[in-house]
Amino acid sequence: MQPLTNRAKKLEKKPMTLAERAYLPAIFQGLSITMRHFFMKKATVRYPEEVRPFSPIFRGLHVLKRDEQGRERCTACGLCAVACPAEAITMVAGERKKGEEGLYREEKYAISYEVNMLRCIFCGLCEEACPKAAVYLQADKMAPPRFERDEFIYGKDRLVEPVDPTKRSVRGIQLTPEQAAALSNKMAQQPA
Amino acid sequence: MIELPALGWQSIVIFVVFAVSLLIATYCTYAERVIAAFLQDRVGPDRAGPYGLAQPLADAVKMFTKEEFFPGGANKALFVFGPCLAMITALMSSAVIPFGNNISFGNNAFFLQGIEVNIGMLWVFGVVSLGVYGVMIGGWASNNKFSLLGAIRAASQNISYELAMGLSLIAVLMISGTLSLREITIQQSIPGEWAMWNIVRQPLGFIIFLVCAFAETNRTPFDLPECETELVGGYHTEYSSMKLGLYLFSEYVNIFVVSAVMSVLYFGGFNFPFQYELRDWLASSQGWELASAQNLITALGTVLLFGKIFAFIFFFMWIRWTLPRFRYDQLMRLGWTILIPLAVVNILITGGLITFGVIK
Amino acid sequence: MSPLFLFLSFVALLSALGVVFAKNPIHSVLFLILTFFSLSGHYLLLNAQFLAAVNIIVYAGAIMVLFLFVIMFLNLNVDTEPHKPALAKIAAAIAGGSLFVIMIVALRDIQLPAVNGTTFDSQIGMVDKLGMVLFTTYKLPFELASILLLVAMVGAVMLGKRETGERHF
Ligand code: SF4
Ligand code: SF4
Repeated sequence: MQPLTNRAKKLEKKPMTLAERAYLPAIFQGLSITMRHFFMKKATVRYPEEVRPFSPIFRGLHVLKRDEQGRERCTACGLCAVACPAEAITMVAGERKKGEEGLYREEKYAISYEVNMLRCIFCGLCEEACPKAAVYLQADKMAPPRFERDEFIYGKDRLVEPVDPTKRSVRGIQLTPEQAAALSNKMAQQPA
Repeated sequence: MIELPALGWQSIVIFVVFAVSLLIATYCTYAERVIAAFLQDRVGPDRAGPYGLAQPLADAVKMFTKEEFFPGGANKALFVFGPCLAMITALMSSAVIPFGNNISFGNNAFFLQGIEVNIGMLWVFGVVSLGVYGVMIGGWASNNKFSLLGAIRAASQNISYELAMGLSLIAVLMISGTLSLREITIQQSIPGEWAMWNIVRQPLGFIIFLVCAFAETNRTPFDLPECETELVGGYHTEYSSMKLGLYLFSEYVNIFVVSAVMSVLYFGGFNFPFQYELRDWLASSQGWELASAQNLITALGTVLLFGKIFAFIFFFMWIRWTLPRFRYDQLMRLGWTILIPLAVVNILITGGLITFGVIK
Repeated sequence: MSPLFLFLSFVALLSALGVVFAKNPIHSVLFLILTFFSLSGHYLLLNAQFLAAVNIIVYAGAIMVLFLFVIMFLNLNVDTEPHKPALAKIAAAIAGGSLFVIMIVALRDIQLPAVNGTTFDSQIGMVDKLGMVLFTTYKLPFELASILLLVAMVGAVMLGKRETGERHF
């Protein structure tokens, strides 16, 4: 049979030489290998103190954005729920009452909006589907482990970003064209 | 000065030795994890206390608070007795090891050794041979086939390797002519006469002893009694809580004791090069009293003995994270058809060398 | 009779009885080991350290481990123990009893040599004294015994050697 590569190694089964049968040379060889590793740089990342940098395009926890005046952007059109391959999003739409113009941007808004983080595969399709640029996956937040199942169903209380802009996630914002260009530059420089 | 009865100082020494062996065994558990981690490019436990130094404490708390479990059909009394026996036998042998030369203050002069018996070596050997009972009884009382298999492996392995160990000890006996560990240590450095450690005279014997020491303490590559890939957990499969802790702990005490024995028998014990020169220099040109110079030498010697012991303990762990486990038939073949004939040959060589006056 | 002697004798007798009366063979073996320990204690009281240590190493440390080993393999316990016929029990009682009588008869007239406190050598049981006796007075039996043991060991090694030809494991 033709070998596919020239890397195949021919194994011969010879009777062991005296040095091999005495074990000791092989043992010393092994000991020197482990000793070398003893002084090598350690691969450990001490997690809470050291955080490994996220990838710039990491898709983490969802956030429901507000616009410049602090109004919720989502209009409960349901496109994200339709786009979601894992069927993780449910919502109930409602009509904006008089006097709520400061709260909701559109006339129709989501009374409840839930993402089931156990179903979600963090594909980001909801983000792409949204016509109002309301839902985003933040690059610096993850859905942390919990003890109970229902704690994984994130409602609006945990999804909508804070009114105070200083308290908002820094990375979970829509990129301006300049930022997007900078990011794609950075990505291009990174070794594959 | 406080006056203590004849054996007063000695019993203090015994207490200190026990405490020190337990402390060292405690930190061996930490050292094992850190060394294992370092050999595998990790950093090991570093959460409890600075550099994880409180880790043994945390482990102890965990062990004590775990559920006490008795398997169905187990022989309760023996199930508890097994780990206790393992711990007792592990601790007993440290009593005869000379940890230092004599120290004197005031009218008190005493030797840094628990008990000096003129059969010290036999004592260690006997206690080590009893150590297997803890494993056997525990394994049998668990009423579990894996435990039983582990116990039986431990028994046959220990008996087989005791033979080679005893034979390699006999060669040491032949050159030293005494069974007392204190005598053997002192003989390895007689001022102006002989300053070599026994390893120079017994290289082959040392290697045989070392291999047997690994087998007797059930350490990798000979940890077949607890070999987790074949026997779940071996003899301690059914054990939990502090009873398991005692088994794991006694393994480390055993390592400590065996390392101490090896340092004493082959590596000069508390002797170190140029000790007499140092003492005489201190006494003659530095104006020290001879007694206090001797005390300093003793203290240094004890520290160095512990250094040797730690080096051996490190070696045990280094081997553990380097070599894979032997197969059972390979283990038996190594013991019976290689080590025992080698040890007999070693005795013959030693006898010949003594007869022809090459070594004394 | 020192209290230590009395205590050791008490333990020795009690555990010897335990060997006979224990229902579980494992317990019997453990009692036997305890008996050996108390015997070693007696040796120590007689200042025979070497004998004490060797007794422990050889009997408690090696032979009893093998006993335990075999019994563990046999998995004997109370329910599988066959009921012994009455005849065997009677025969055992008679044999044991006559052994007991013979011992009493043999030891009845024994006269212990008086111990002279001034000439008594307290070091008589020490290793070097024992070695002197073994290597001078009892040289031949000692050498014969050692050859016997060596032969046994060589035999064991030979049995363990791999035979040429097909292997069946
Ligand atoms: S990230 Fe993907 S799976 Fe998760 S909610 Fe959005 S569309 Fe669904
Ligand atoms: S998040 Fe966007 S896509 Fe989803 S319902 Fe709101 S507006 Fe529509």
